[in-house]
Amino acid sequence: MTAKTERPLSPHLQIYRLTLTMAMSVLHRATGIALYVGTLLLAWWLIAAAEGPNAYSHVQAFTSSFLGRLIVFGYTWALVHHLLSGIRHFVWDLGYGFKANEREALTWGALLGGIGLTVLLWMIAYAIGGGR
Amino acid sequence: MVEFALPKNSKVTTGKTWPVPPGASETREFKIYRWNPDDGKNPRIDTYFVDTNECGPMVLDGLIWIKNHIDPSLTFRRSCREGVCGSCAMNIDGQNTLACTRSMHDVKDGAVKVNPLPHQPVVKDLVPDLTNFYAQYASIEPWLKTSSPTPQKEWRQSHEDREKLDGLYECILCACCSTSCPSYWWNSERFLGPAALLQATRWVNDSRDEATGERLDNLEDPFRLYRCHTIMNCAKACPKGLNPSEAIAELKLKLVERQI
Repeated sequence: MTAKTERPLSPHLQIYRLTLTMAMSVLHRATGIALYVGTLLLAWWLIAAAEGPNAYSHVQAFTSSFLGRLIVFGYTWALVHHLLSGIRHFVWDLGYGFKANEREALTWGALLGGIGLTVLLWMIAYAIGGGR
Repeated sequence: MVEFALPKNSKVTTGKTWPVPPGASETREFKIYRWNPDDGKNPRIDTYFVDTNECGPMVLDGLIWIKNHIDPSLTFRRSCREGVCGSCAMNIDGQNTLACTRSMHDVKDGAVKVNPLPHQPVVKDLVPDLTNFYAQYASIEPWLKTSSPTPQKEWRQSHEDREKLDGLYECILCACCSTSCPSYWWNSERFLGPAALLQATRWVNDSRDEATGERLDNLEDPFRLYRCHTIMNCAKACPKGLNPSEAIAELKLKLVERQI
């Protein structure tokens, strides 16, 4: 009997070539976590609105600051991205879209659609005077 | 457990660069993962140069050439050399595939990087320990289970029912898919992984099998089946062009359908 040697674990993340669907899986989870924080922000806004003009002006001051805008913009993107990516998962769970080209199209669609829709939403928001 | 970094004994170091074979006019660089269970050292990456005029086009040809002409201690599994046996599954250029069906010329610029199948215990060099993988395959009971009396001749199946096994029965159990799956990396002791689940689908779909309900019961588990997050690395890795993620979606659908 020879002494049992401790076997090394072969490299995984370190060597695996990143795939789009792999990156999107990470992003789906990350945006999901970000939505918790965003929901807190939304709750804060609603509570302040119920509380009165004074509390509401604090939220307004925060959301119209540069940092606040950035966070709200990020929240919009996280929400839209998570929604589209979720629809993509829904399609797969129904048993469709598994061919290589369909799979890639769905994934690119969710990624680019998320960015596009977020920008569009903000353009509309500013156009109707939400920025003021 | 999710652990992104490698354990201390698994950290890969730089190894030896073997000299360019004398007289070779055209060479291809290979960077190969090495680990020797007998020297007590960490794994390392050795660099070799293969004489491409003296060697076949596949990555496996390159490995065999190195073993024959440069370093006989290089260890890897291989058998059929034509994509049927699944022995030479390994990570080439960052993707799991069979060394015998992957041309070294398809690996774009730079060295051909060869690693063992990811996130597995290494026996030696490119040979992973697949005990857990095989045990998971056994756990889905990959054989015909029946309760009705055995017919005089064979268990009959219509052409249509036989077609339901297409895209499933061709699996050669090379483990390229399971070891490409991040979910399997983090939960290989509880998540069955794409290969075993594809095989589970093969038996669930078999019209002759009479244990479908029991098979589905065994899969209805937050880890065994539902750790699949449709990351799709399995479908991209399969050297036989099969689609484990689609098979898994089929299982998930069947589990929902039987509740309505």
